[in-house]
Amino acid sequence: MGSNIVAALRGVSIGIAEGEFVAVMGPSGSGKSTFMNMVGCLDKPTTGSYALAGEEVSTMSNDALAAIRNKRIGFVFQQFNLLPRTAALENVELPLLYTTVPAKERQARAAKRLQQVGLGERMDHHPSQLSGGQQQRVAIARALVNDPKLILADEPTGALDSRTSIEVMALLQGLNREGMTVVVVTHEHDVAAFASRVITFRDGVVKEDRANAATDARTLL
Amino acid sequence: MTLLATLRIALIALRVNKLRSTLTMLGIIIGVGAVITMIAVGGGAQARVEDQIKSLGSNLMIVIPGSTLSSGVRMGTSSAQSLTEDDAWAIMRDVPEVAVAAPSLRGTAQAIYGNTNWSTTVQGVTMDYFEARDWKMIAGRGFEPGEISGAGKVAIIGQSAAKSLFGDEDPIDKTIRVRKTPVTIIGVLDKKGQSMMGQDQDDVLFVPLATHRNRIFGTQQGKLRRVSVITVKVQDGVNMKLGEENVRELLRQRHKLQQGQDDDFTIRNLTEILQAQEASSKILTYLLAAVASVSLLVGGIGIMNIMLVSVTERTREIGLRMAVGARGRDILTQFLVEAVTLSLIGGVLGIALGALGSYALGNFAGWRTELSTAAIVLAVGFAASIGIFFGFYPAKKASQLLPIEALRYE
Repeated sequence: MGSNIVAALRGVSIGIAEGEFVAVMGPSGSGKSTFMNMVGCLDKPTTGSYALAGEEVSTMSNDALAAIRNKRIGFVFQQFNLLPRTAALENVELPLLYTTVPAKERQARAAKRLQQVGLGERMDHHPSQLSGGQQQRVAIARALVNDPKLILADEPTGALDSRTSIEVMALLQGLNREGMTVVVVTHEHDVAAFASRVITFRDGVVKEDRANAATDARTLL
Repeated sequence: MTLLATLRIALIALRVNKLRSTLTMLGIIIGVGAVITMIAVGGGAQARVEDQIKSLGSNLMIVIPGSTLSSGVRMGTSSAQSLTEDDAWAIMRDVPEVAVAAPSLRGTAQAIYGNTNWSTTVQGVTMDYFEARDWKMIAGRGFEPGEISGAGKVAIIGQSAAKSLFGDEDPIDKTIRVRKTPVTIIGVLDKKGQSMMGQDQDDVLFVPLATHRNRIFGTQQGKLRRVSVITVKVQDGVNMKLGEENVRELLRQRHKLQQGQDDDFTIRNLTEILQAQEASSKILTYLLAAVASVSLLVGGIGIMNIMLVSVTERTREIGLRMAVGARGRDILTQFLVEAVTLSLIGGVLGIALGALGSYALGNFAGWRTELSTAAIVLAVGFAASIGIFFGFYPAKKASQLLPIEALRYE
């Protein structure tokens, strides 16, 4: 604390190409969360640089970062982070509220995404009326609603049982097949097995960066 | 994000915690209601005084006879019969500040019409009296000069007296008997309402001065020209104090009073008394409003308190909104709109409470209340600014959260 500067990541140089499915692994304290926050434009590196789609992000203002998070990145969190007592449709609409998209189109787009994740029948359900897997699918629909280039999932299956975990991973794999770049942070090897590339962090450096023969989640369902 | 969407989010957020929102609003509701009611009460008191000033006529003072000393016993005001009609004429002629000085005689007599009879105030006056009092005729005519000088058997009647004597009949050209003298009603006066002392000023019958003195009441020998009151109207824009001094000086000379001797008359500056009353009722209004606004302030602090709690409770929500693209100012607007919505809804309900309160006070307590638009606008404007003022700090706090920390907040 105080004057001790902790370098969470040191000398890490990683390039992720469009259309990749990357799993980021590592024990807690390994720097994977910091990496994730920077990739997600939630945090800026103190030194070094981060370019997203060729654009240097580390020098941008907070408002510009907010705009990038809004348009380019879709977040999926371990705890779903849905607004309580708010219908699934409105939860999915949330990122569009911070754009100039008119209300009608917002609803149409949110509804389309909910159908895509298989929750077309439950648009007016509140999070408390949905199972964990369904809630995570609402969160994925929310991540997709503004047509991002990158889906960033932080322990997306951490709060789910194994079967729904596989369902969620199948959904992410499906998105990846359609060309979406997906980065999943996890500490479970089972989850990492679905990725085509696995990056392992330890003590702030990359310990391993390997290609992976991805398991097709559909075969496990 | 559009303001409409923000407003919707605010309403949803407030609906989620209905009881809490209602209780928070209650502070504003009571505050606004109290301010409006108190201003209405103060305004009522003020309007009453203003009405009295209006009914009195402006720039008015009255001169009444002073007290007498009889065998060492001091008698009350008006016991001396020192004022005469000629004093009035002299005041009008010699005091430049005076517009009108109207002598009048007062008495109480039984008036009889057909089978009704009514005891009323009978005043002997000249037409100057109506000018001094700004008292208009609503029907008929005034006294002719010949009727004034020749003690004509005519009378002008006030509204209450007319109603008591004639009911719904038209009093004009009807002849009534006052004591033993028959007089014909030639005019009906406009309504004046209550006097400062709460007397009904419309229960009155005016006759020419000479008629009062010679025909109806008669008078003591040697006191032929005495009058009971001289009503003096000072010209507009003239210092009333100066007029009063000059009238006093003139009367002292006319009554041949020595230096150091007491006045044998009293001058009452009615307008001044009423203006003092008006000023004090204004102060009363401000005081009441100030006390009431304290509760509005307390309500505002309640809003701030709840907004701070709400920001802490919803830290994760704020983090999420930031993660999906909300800028700091979107968050700021959201919480500010929430606070203002809270205070504005409270303000509107407060208006209802205030209107109800002043209606209740007017009806059940019998206080005169005056609901003013200005007070309503003021109270609601005040409520909205309280929302902005007390909502700003929590909103600012929320907008400055870091997205990663907010997201991880437990």
